[in-house]
Amino acid sequence: MGSYIVRRLLLAIPTILGVTVLIFVAMRVIPGDPLRSIIGEGQIYVLSDEELASVKASLGYDKPLFVQYLAWMRDVAKGDLGYSFWQRDKSIADMVIRRGPVTLQISVMALLLAWIIALPAGIVTAVWRNTPVDYGVRGLVTLLMAVPNFWLALTMILLTILIWNWRPPMELVTLWDSPWTSFQMTIGPAIALGVGFGALLARMIRSSMLEVLREDYIRTAWAKGLDSSTVVIRHALRNALLPTITLSGLYLGATLGGAVAVERAFSVPGLGFSLIYAVQARDWTVIQSLVLLFAVVYVIINLIVDILYGLIDPRIRY
Amino acid sequence: MTIEEGIGLVRRTMTSVVATGKLPFHSLLGFMRSSLLGTVALVLLVGLMFIGLFPQLVAPYDSSQLFYTNLKQPPSMDHWAGTDFIARDSLSRIIYGARITLLVAFVSVFIGDSLGFCWGVMTGYLGKKFDLISQRVLDMFIAFPTIILALLLLAALGAGLFTIILAITVVRIPGTARVIRSVALTIRASQYVEAAEAIGASQIRIMVRHVAPQCFAPLFVVASAGLGAAIFTEAALSFLGMGVPPPTPTWGNMLGGVLNELFRPPWWLVVFPGVAITVTILAFNLLGDALRDYLDPRLRGRLG
Repeated sequence: MGSYIVRRLLLAIPTILGVTVLIFVAMRVIPGDPLRSIIGEGQIYVLSDEELASVKASLGYDKPLFVQYLAWMRDVAKGDLGYSFWQRDKSIADMVIRRGPVTLQISVMALLLAWIIALPAGIVTAVWRNTPVDYGVRGLVTLLMAVPNFWLALTMILLTILIWNWRPPMELVTLWDSPWTSFQMTIGPAIALGVGFGALLARMIRSSMLEVLREDYIRTAWAKGLDSSTVVIRHALRNALLPTITLSGLYLGATLGGAVAVERAFSVPGLGFSLIYAVQARDWTVIQSLVLLFAVVYVIINLIVDILYGLIDPRIRY
Repeated sequence: MTIEEGIGLVRRTMTSVVATGKLPFHSLLGFMRSSLLGTVALVLLVGLMFIGLFPQLVAPYDSSQLFYTNLKQPPSMDHWAGTDFIARDSLSRIIYGARITLLVAFVSVFIGDSLGFCWGVMTGYLGKKFDLISQRVLDMFIAFPTIILALLLLAALGAGLFTIILAITVVRIPGTARVIRSVALTIRASQYVEAAEAIGASQIRIMVRHVAPQCFAPLFVVASAGLGAAIFTEAALSFLGMGVPPPTPTWGNMLGGVLNELFRPPWWLVVFPGVAITVTILAFNLLGDALRDYLDPRLRGRLG
């Protein structure tokens, strides 16, 4: 087990290094000259060549690319994410500390909600296969999988305004300062993200439950005369959940991505909203730090899921 | 490539397919007999493609025509889906929006999945160092949530038709490569590949003649579900203002336009474009499921 964990950890290192290179290249090389394209395009005025050179020198962008890359890596390793390109006094690390919890809270709530929806739906459709209940629930699940989460978000906002003339609070609060406001702010995005995710999980649970229910040991359990809840929950569900756990981790990462559009729809001050704001303002120091953060969190989640999977299922050691 | 040129290309290809009669009618009939839902989805998508190719035949008005007296009007007999905040007919904009949405989805999935297919066949068959290195490269791309990776590329390249196609293409490659690789791995172990190697067939010949054809069925399944995913990604990016910029209508940027008036949002501007996106994604998902059952029932578990 120990060597398995060590191997997974070692494999994550080249991935994260690759991610940093990819982000760095995207931000510096593809757009040609990042400074001219950012300061020059549609902003107040276009920099002259001399001004450009002096700005570059003050920011350290006149050095060779690999030196810049190493400098960035050194800063990141020290936990220094730098400052916003437009507001030089705005620390990105500070932004992450203030807004990160909002996005995290939304993701965790979405994941919980998804499980609350998916478990009963998946079990019921598998156990009562090819009955009207199965068809009905599966139809609903298929429909929900196709609903884009940001549109669901917009529809929810619309409905709450039209019916109760209420819309969720938008100011930045933490869970500890005012739990109720924080809950009101995050529940909407969590539902918008969690419903589609829950539908996916339900489908997954159903198909793996169906596979497990065909196994010999389940027939034995029925034959022993165990009551159905014991067979379904104690015997079948335990094994059926294994693949679902992997998927759950993968989609927790995906909700981080989905959070961008949903946070924008709800105007919730999380990291996704900051990212899209930075992209629109072409604030590329913020873009590069936030994208790195999202990717690293995603890699870490997958790593944890892999290790958990290995712990739960002793057959998995690759 | 302008939008018009892109549409022209698709139109010419379609005409030549119909003219030479090279559509596989028999397998099409077989597919339609195998699944009612799949057939409904297919008919719906063909209809949608027709709308995308010839919106002027279907739309009641031009997408940019202004009706000054009808600013932000709810649905009426003249404007079935209402008018938007600068008094354009919403239904016509949804119909013209189908064009961009489908164009982006088809082009990016076609290119992305083709590249992913080639890559998957190569890594799966060649194995060894090539596989090891390319797995690490794929890991790197898979390490980003889809929308975040697309946003990164769009932030670097700027928003536009070409760049959003490029971004979604890149996002498609690693997933397809993964699936095709796993199929190619099982085929490499089969006896007929071993036999081909024994009579001295070159690696390229084996990949092209023996491995690749076996990977087509899973490719179609992955690609048809991928079209739904690509439409979602395109809509989400356009919604965020990073897709094809207004005034060209896309379903995503129509929804994005509502963001400015969220304190009193006109319901018809929220509902109808969203329904269009949902129905299209639903149709592609159903088609993907039906195709999977039709082409290879064994794939059921493997592709989720």
